[in-house]
Amino acid sequence: MPHDGHHHDHDDEGSELSPLALRVKALESLLVEKGYVDPAALDVMIETYETKIGPRNGARVVARAWTDSAFADWLKRDATAAIGSMGYEGRQGEHMVALFNTPETHNMVVCTLCSCYPWPVLGLPPVWYKSMPYRSRAVIEPREVLKEFGVSLPEGKDVRVWDSTAEIRYLVIPERPEGTGGMSEEDLANLVTRDSMIGTGVAKSPA
Amino acid sequence: MNGPHDMGGFTGFGPVIPEAGEPVWHHDWEPRAFALVLAMGMTGSWNIDMARHARERQPAMTYWRSSYYEMRHYALILQLVELGLITAMEEEQGKMVVPPKPVKRVPTAAMIPGILASGGPANRPSNRAAGFITGAKVRARNINPSGHTRLPRYARGKLGEVIAVHGTHVFPDSNAHGKGEDPQWLYTVRFTARELWGKESPDSVCIDLWEPYLEAAQ
Repeated sequence: MPHDGHHHDHDDEGSELSPLALRVKALESLLVEKGYVDPAALDVMIETYETKIGPRNGARVVARAWTDSAFADWLKRDATAAIGSMGYEGRQGEHMVALFNTPETHNMVVCTLCSCYPWPVLGLPPVWYKSMPYRSRAVIEPREVLKEFGVSLPEGKDVRVWDSTAEIRYLVIPERPEGTGGMSEEDLANLVTRDSMIGTGVAKSPA
Repeated sequence: MNGPHDMGGFTGFGPVIPEAGEPVWHHDWEPRAFALVLAMGMTGSWNIDMARHARERQPAMTYWRSSYYEMRHYALILQLVELGLITAMEEEQGKMVVPPKPVKRVPTAAMIPGILASGGPANRPSNRAAGFITGAKVRARNINPSGHTRLPRYARGKLGEVIAVHGTHVFPDSNAHGKGEDPQWLYTVRFTARELWGKESPDSVCIDLWEPYLEAAQ
């Protein structure tokens, strides 16, 4: 269990568990006692999303799209198959669509009704993505939301917000930064932030 | 239902607060709560639309005040109790009182990677013909069903344009209520910010909508 200095449970100090922590623990014991869940299976699920599936997957997809035009075309035609060819597939990524940012259009993804998010390429969503402020405002004032992420778009660039109301999952392909001509796919992937693939950020410039 | 989950277009929830270097979990109980929801889903006791509907049936104030994993935990308890897989008293005490009910499957640790990798595709074959093609002008119907729907309130009655046709997919409004998958054509419809919000803007919102949500427009 990672201890990260981000604990916010006020009653989670010392060895005392918060009421919610106790409730979760009690439910797990009950479900295990009833034979509905295998605790070892829970461990595998947690480990998968802690260590195996995260935004580095998506960053590799983006870097390949930047360097391999045939792959970029495949992504545009059939993102599920193209992304699947790199081994990223399955739960919450069954129907993928890649959204390519251009000088004219900036794409940004939200799920106003819950928290739909492309798990195989980005991992589990950050707290802000699931938060009421983001879910409520992304569709009505995307430019103001982008400013809170430090992104101001130039004149003449439109924002397209994609509300993930069905089982289609969206991956934004940010624009390739200037001055990255000779870089390897691996170095390029390091410029691709998670937020740039949600559309609340842009790719980093090379140092 | 016009529930607390239908957030698009609200203001008053404050700024979006990104967290630098955000960890996967913020409390020790979160990974366990996350995995319990996933594991119980894998028993085949309900489908994803039923799970979403249980979340949106939380009392509005509970829904808005709770963190994501907290809200999902409450919805999980609701589903377990409604299906008689546990009783409210058992949940309170964390101890079995009545014998378990049979479930379709209980995945072992070894089965998990395969289950996660195959996922649960929502596309289904159907004999229905598509009602719209790319470029078609459509209006989202003004419906306010008491049950589950994935047509956000902010789009109802609004005029848009079909920009993608995705084939036939499980229809949540039916599937969430155990009335079958009833596959329907799924489209991405683009609405201008001007149409949705009445403001001068070059921006737009693209929403995935099933055919029963739409009618032809001029």
